[in-house]
Amino acid sequence: MSIAMEELPERRTKLGSQGMKMHGWLLVAPFVVCFLVFTLYPLLSAGRLATQQTFGPGTARSVGLDNFYQLFRDPLFWKALRNTAVFTLLSVLVQMPLALGLAMLLNRPGLRGRNFMRLVLFAPVLVGVVFTGMIFSLLMEKRTGLINQFLHAIMGWDLDFAWVEQGIMPALVIATAWQFTGFNMVYFLAALQSVPEELEQAARLDGAGAWSRFRHVTWPAIQPIATFVILLSIIGNFQLFELPFILLNGKGGPNNDGLTLVMYLYQTGFQTGDLGYASSIGWMLALVLACFGVAQRVLADRGTMPKGARA
Amino acid sequence: MKRGSSKHLWAYGVLVPVTILVGLPFIWLVCAAFKSNQDFFTSPFLPRGEGLLGIAWDRLTLDNFRTLFARGGFARAALNSTLLSSVIATLATLFCAMGGYALARVSFKGRQWVQWVVLAALVIPPPLLLAPGFEVLYHLGLLDRMLGLILPALAPAFGVYLFRQATLTSVPKELIEAARMDGCSEVGAFWRVALPLLQPMASAFLLITFLGVWNNFLTPQIVMQTPGKFPLAVAISQLKNTYYQDYGLVMAGTLASIVPVAALFLLLQKDFVAGLTSGAVKG
Repeated sequence: MSIAMEELPERRTKLGSQGMKMHGWLLVAPFVVCFLVFTLYPLLSAGRLATQQTFGPGTARSVGLDNFYQLFRDPLFWKALRNTAVFTLLSVLVQMPLALGLAMLLNRPGLRGRNFMRLVLFAPVLVGVVFTGMIFSLLMEKRTGLINQFLHAIMGWDLDFAWVEQGIMPALVIATAWQFTGFNMVYFLAALQSVPEELEQAARLDGAGAWSRFRHVTWPAIQPIATFVILLSIIGNFQLFELPFILLNGKGGPNNDGLTLVMYLYQTGFQTGDLGYASSIGWMLALVLACFGVAQRVLADRGTMPKGARA
Repeated sequence: MKRGSSKHLWAYGVLVPVTILVGLPFIWLVCAAFKSNQDFFTSPFLPRGEGLLGIAWDRLTLDNFRTLFARGGFARAALNSTLLSSVIATLATLFCAMGGYALARVSFKGRQWVQWVVLAALVIPPPLLLAPGFEVLYHLGLLDRMLGLILPALAPAFGVYLFRQATLTSVPKELIEAARMDGCSEVGAFWRVALPLLQPMASAFLLITFLGVWNNFLTPQIVMQTPGKFPLAVAISQLKNTYYQDYGLVMAGTLASIVPVAALFLLLQKDFVAGLTSGAVKG
């Protein structure tokens, strides 16, 4: 990421520059204070806490690297990590093609009702995830839930299928797709504005089919934003918490099939009270997310992305 | 137009069903909130009857909302949410605008450092700070207090970054210099020259922040302990445990929690979408 700072013009007087220094700091002071107290200090504490065991705040016992040692042998941690990874993968695989496809359909010139459809598709993102969880926990009820009734009507689906108990993973993917596909679609719609129209038309004249036009004209133009959206989506999905928390009433569900990393962090830190162990889970999460970030940079630096597209 | 419509035929063939599918939970939610518990199971949407459009309008009821306000402590939670969201959104917008403006247009010693800090803070995953952040609030005596939710949210790096970008593109250097020449102080130049120019970003950020605080669950769930201090997100989630059998009540609470932000969004739609995507386009 390049920080393009324009040079400010020569300072006029010594007094003036002194004033600017003072006022510059005055203007950034709220951010700096907030950052020091609520980001930097906790970040450093996260390092210390990872080597401690606590029983609620203010009670700490040093355990060295035991937390991590234990973490690696903790089946629940691996379960949570695996659930989170599977969820993220499925979620991205479902949402991205859908979001891009819808964006391309909505982007057709002369389409009527576009603004209305865009508004409806986007609307779920305004709903808090907790409220989405409340709605879907009733929509996914067995027998009485709308989803089972609908599926039963069109394809003879088992009315007694209990989404939360028997299929928490698809349930999470469906509810998340409902909530965030439209949001991702808006990013893709913005990206599609940068597809050069002449190129599109030239390809059409040359007899290029729909797929080949997408592959050689549309995709190269939107790729920078697309990779950015995918990265954001991966990072966001990896921090899934509220939805399974609501659907499963704060627990991991049968077999802990719905336990995610952040849920496990919450359970150890705020239900068991071990802020130390919770912090070490936090570090593992940060490590995984950092890997995604680095992978994206490496891909970008290999030149598969145009210059200036690095997020 | 006819040719145009048939050209889009299969686009409509996909878009219309998907739009309906996405819209259905909202329609279902509205119906559920106005149904009595006994109608909840017998009809997926509105109860059928003799009335207009074959719907038994007279069986719809406001009872769910009455109970909600009477029993659920709902009014208190709504007040808490409104208070928290407004205070945080207003102050965070101001502080982020100040910071972003200073980073873009004021030269001061250490600016480069602050710049780096902003970028570094952007990549810290919030869950990492949950446990240590809780510890900080404990040591500051801020647990179970509104201030414990407000103070940490007052100047997010994300906002400072957005406002820095907005200043670079929409607040001309020359204008700020002219203001300085005319004897305007730095703070005065920010307040009287830059802030009006940053207004589109400010209103978008105000909305995003308001919505974010309104919908935030994890932080208040951890920080607040007294039920009377819960915002809607936490209070509603508790309804699920207490009144789970009372479907209509739970859905009325959910609906009433969504409607204010949805209305706010519809009023200010344009700003909002522009603001949400601005990070991607400029980033």
